[in-house]
Amino acid sequence: MSNVPQELRYTKSHEWISLNDDGSVTVGITDHAQHLLGDLVFVELPEIGDTYTEGDDCAVVESVKAASDTYCPLDGEIIAHNEALSDKPELINQDPYGEGWIFKLKPDDSGAYDALMDADAYNELIAEED
Amino acid sequence: MPFIPHTDPDVEDMLRTIGAHDIEDLFAEIPAQLRAEGLGAIPAGVSEMEISRLMRERADQDSRTLCFAGAGAYEHHIPAAVWELTTRGEFYTAYTPYQAEASQGTLQLLYEYQSMMASLTAMEVSNASLYDGASALAEAVLMAVRANRKSKSKRILMPRTVHPDYRRVTNNIVRNQGIVLDELDFDLEGGYIDPASLPGDPGDITALVIPQPNFFGVLEEVDALVDWAHGHGALVIAVVNPISLAILTPPGEWGETGADIVCGEGQPLGAPLSSGGPYFGFMCCRQSLVRQMPGRIIGRTTDLEGKTGFTLTLQAREQHIRRSKATSNICTNQGLLVTAATIYMTLLGPQGLERVAQACHANSMKLLAALNETGGVKKLFSRPLFHEAVLQFDLPVKDVMRALSVQGIIGGVSLADDYPELGNSILICATETKTEADIKTYTDSLKRIAVRMTANRCPVQPKMSG
Repeated sequence: MSNVPQELRYTKSHEWISLNDDGSVTVGITDHAQHLLGDLVFVELPEIGDTYTEGDDCAVVESVKAASDTYCPLDGEIIAHNEALSDKPELINQDPYGEGWIFKLKPDDSGAYDALMDADAYNELIAEED
Repeated sequence: MPFIPHTDPDVEDMLRTIGAHDIEDLFAEIPAQLRAEGLGAIPAGVSEMEISRLMRERADQDSRTLCFAGAGAYEHHIPAAVWELTTRGEFYTAYTPYQAEASQGTLQLLYEYQSMMASLTAMEVSNASLYDGASALAEAVLMAVRANRKSKSKRILMPRTVHPDYRRVTNNIVRNQGIVLDELDFDLEGGYIDPASLPGDPGDITALVIPQPNFFGVLEEVDALVDWAHGHGALVIAVVNPISLAILTPPGEWGETGADIVCGEGQPLGAPLSSGGPYFGFMCCRQSLVRQMPGRIIGRTTDLEGKTGFTLTLQAREQHIRRSKATSNICTNQGLLVTAATIYMTLLGPQGLERVAQACHANSMKLLAALNETGGVKKLFSRPLFHEAVLQFDLPVKDVMRALSVQGIIGGVSLADDYPELGNSILICATETKTEADIKTYTDSLKRIAVRMTANRCPVQPKMSG
């Protein structure tokens, strides 16, 4: 059974999103996603300062099996990316909701976060997939 | 017996099962204006006897000419062992293997090839080859656009000293992807890109292409060009002749930090001219860009029993996994030509390759000196050369070349169409295959032709009617 923390928000494409105090959000991929991908060998991070709209592919996570896009969950600007993943992509496997975060985004619309899927809905989604 | 496995009843069965009337129904969604509508330019099939005869006749057109043409394809001596070994049953396929790991011999050969190319170019990684030199440059441009994520312009600086065919092929492949190829003009005195002519504030550039030697055979100021490009956030794509790398500074060592992507035509390494193909392209890059590199890469590893083995690696970049976002659609590459190149490089070794490169340079210098003595010919550019040069003729070059060809001499390649500003000039080359006697044959013929073309017309003319 995958770990789906209650306090986070989610997307259909298996990103998690947490709201920071300064209004920015932190984004990573879920425990369920890292399980499906298997051992990660490379992460292509988005450039700081780039802007994306919701649904744009902005990062790539590559495992021994496949390379998958990570999609931007909200419209906004990239303000940080997790440099540690360049050398240790396995952080995503080991700690997907902590040290395995991928990027931080400053959303254009501060209220957009609230419209994202909550933990219960995401649990339902992955139950359907299984 | 036809080699197509589907009989007409098979096809009908399949169509009925999926509820289609005709194979055309399956393509109905493709708009009419996008369809190629048949293969009008392809002639009807002929019998084996007829095609054998046609091929013999075509092959005869190639034979026994004395070739002083280069311009991207070069006549080199190929030791007999190269193709004797390459055409052994174990190697005899154009493809990288499908059941890859079962073909350890082929994988090992490709791994050795990659190691040699990486060493020759002083780069960290090589792929297992591409289609040819021109499409390798196009792939390098696409790769640079993917890899240089700081640049948003998709703007490539493409000097006019790059082979005109390479520029055309690259433009064909990249123009519909929003990529702009900005031409960079050359210095008419030196026949090179004068670094002093480069703009101080060029704006956002994705990559600069640097040919070495350039299309005119001239050596570019590669160090200054690399440092300028990197100083303005552009990647550097080097287009090089692999033979020349035995005596020139390899791209990995150009400037402060070296080139980022290196590509070129592999034909000089053991492939015969054979009317223009098949050849192969090569590509090398920095380790940090490897995930954006197209083509297959073979890696060395150890199996469960601790034995060394070879395997396809970084396949997540390829289309069977990455689908439309794959870094390339070229994976069945020019395996057989690469086999020949690997054996060629192995037989010659670093010293042998160096001697070939030096002999090419020395022979082209001899050729230029001999032509200079004949008069009526002027070498155009002042900068150092590898094994080609641009010569301007007093007499119309196309006529001179035609007259030479009647005597079995390919005298060079006319530049009139691609470089009208160079006037009446040709590109000429002498590799290690050219002897002093060959050079004398050329200059003697040229003198005779010049006498004939400049001689006063005979005052007695035959009477022509109409």
